[in-house]
Amino acid sequence: MKFSIGLAALAVGMMIAAAPAGAADKKVLGVSIPSATHGWAGGLNWHAQQAKIALEKKYPDLSIALVTAGDATRQANDLEDLVQVRKIDALVILPFESAPLTEPVRQVKNAGKWITIVDRGLTDPSIQDLYVAGNNPQMGANSANFMVKKMGGKGNIVILRGIPTVIDNQRFDAFMDIVKKTDIKVLDSKYANWNRDDGFKVMQDFLSRFPKIDAVWAQDDDITLGVIEAVKQAGREKDLFILGGAGMKEMVKRVMDKDVLVPADVLYPPKMIADAMELTAKHMMENAPLEKQYIVDATLVTPENAKQFYYPDSPF
Amino acid sequence: MPDTSHAANRASSARRRADFKALGPFIALAALIVLGAVVNPVFLTPGNLINVLTRTAFTGVIAIGGTFIITTGGIDLSVGALAAFVSGVMIIVMNALTPEGLPPLMVVLLGTLTVMVIGALAGLVNGLLITRGRIEPFIVTLGTMGIFRSLVTYLADGGTLSLNSQIRSFYRPVYYSGVLGITYPIIVFALVSVIGAIVLYRTRYGRYVTATGANEEVARYSAIHVDRIKLAAYALQGLCVGLAVFLYVPRLGSASATTGLGWELEAIAAVIIGGTLMKGGSGRIWGTVSGAIILASIDNILNLTGAISVYLNSAIQGCIIIVAVLVQRDAKSRP
Repeated sequence: MKFSIGLAALAVGMMIAAAPAGAADKKVLGVSIPSATHGWAGGLNWHAQQAKIALEKKYPDLSIALVTAGDATRQANDLEDLVQVRKIDALVILPFESAPLTEPVRQVKNAGKWITIVDRGLTDPSIQDLYVAGNNPQMGANSANFMVKKMGGKGNIVILRGIPTVIDNQRFDAFMDIVKKTDIKVLDSKYANWNRDDGFKVMQDFLSRFPKIDAVWAQDDDITLGVIEAVKQAGREKDLFILGGAGMKEMVKRVMDKDVLVPADVLYPPKMIADAMELTAKHMMENAPLEKQYIVDATLVTPENAKQFYYPDSPF
Repeated sequence: MPDTSHAANRASSARRRADFKALGPFIALAALIVLGAVVNPVFLTPGNLINVLTRTAFTGVIAIGGTFIITTGGIDLSVGALAAFVSGVMIIVMNALTPEGLPPLMVVLLGTLTVMVIGALAGLVNGLLITRGRIEPFIVTLGTMGIFRSLVTYLADGGTLSLNSQIRSFYRPVYYSGVLGITYPIIVFALVSVIGAIVLYRTRYGRYVTATGANEEVARYSAIHVDRIKLAAYALQGLCVGLAVFLYVPRLGSASATTGLGWELEAIAAVIIGGTLMKGGSGRIWGTVSGAIILASIDNILNLTGAISVYLNSAIQGCIIIVAVLVQRDAKSRP
């Protein structure tokens, strides 16, 4: 027993001694993101891996430690490992949830590391050195403006919301602020959890319940896929159009092909993680000056510009 | 000749007691249907009822298998993740076979065969770990749940696997069409329920399943091969998952890490709402059927009304589930 403890201590000692020696010549960028539990996060993981390969090639003296976590607690543990074991110089993190990760990230900051926050802001923004995010209120507003224009300011719509979170509320509130001022009637809104199956079920029930629907705001492309099937089943493709969001390749393709059922899409690109990694790496390796904030626009994808947002190799 | 009279006696007296209780889930379902009709008359339109029953089919078929497992005193938490995993495999297999120039019917048949085989094998693995490995079913299936769930994420590269559009349009009617307006998933669900009821109530295997759950030691002393009975139950559950996937894939033609999320809890809830004892020894197939329909109807009714804040959806679901089981207790306590 004593012997094995001694061995373990020796091994730990060797690891501690070895780690800084290996890392001394290279700068390390730690990247912590949620694991691929839904389509958008899948795209996030793909773009992060692509960026890791590209950046390590561009900067031979840069090593990127990419870790994924299934929940907020595990992500906090990851941060400790990144600082203690991987000896990172900078951190790019997409926090699972804002509040629970604020203190763990502050610890990393206090250890003297550069902090880039992506998408979900911490409750104390003074911690971050750089903030890269999509624009949720703008996404809601752009969606509303498109629908109001396309519908000529009147008609009946239904809304499929995401998961009850700040992100969803920001989109929804910004959308409603604009739609309220028009003659468009929101028949009802229900959560579809950014999920195809729930999108299908909720839309089936909306179709049974409301004989006249002119448009659907699905606000997410996974939900949109379920909605499309339900609309097809009811044979009401001719009566309405659907507006999703995020920039899933299947949807961008439909927009590109001028599908009347899905005339447009609003971007909330998972590629923002790659932008954040690139900006941070540039700062680390070239000392490039940076703005404090970098907001990715919620661009409206139309048949005219769809091509530039189409990533056929991405899983999302 | 194994002497099972003791175990069989126990089982039959348990069944007699359970006869009163068996009415519970049907009373709850009837009450829910009335509630649905009051909330929105659309609830009772044939189109809506068909929608709801068709959706029920996946978890319903899985819950029939679950009834056997829970009756043996076990549990299977891995069914939702297994459904996602085999959906992914089925899509990959069918996509790979399409360019081979096989007729679409062949492709779908081979895909289906693959799902059934993998489903049954996965069930066998669960069963072997439980019976040979002597590990608690909860832990075994919690472990395999994680394994299957990450395998589908891995297969899909974190994204979504989508079925080739040519096969898709051939296969689509399996979910959306049917006979005389009754969709195929409903027909399959009905057939599986009838077969499940016959096996559980009318065959020796069914009696052994009940005896095993009622008292494993007694069943073993009665020369019942308890391990084999359990092993078969888990394999059967795997087959049911395969069948559910056969019905599910044509709906959206895709599988991702979110496929089948929470199906295990829904299936277990359907079984328990239906009056099957969580500790085993008494299984109610028709109770499970109404339990599954109750769960799907709650979702449907909540979607058909704007009167309740969406923030409270889960609370309403929780209340109805608890009330449904309370109704059973009342029915049971009557003489």
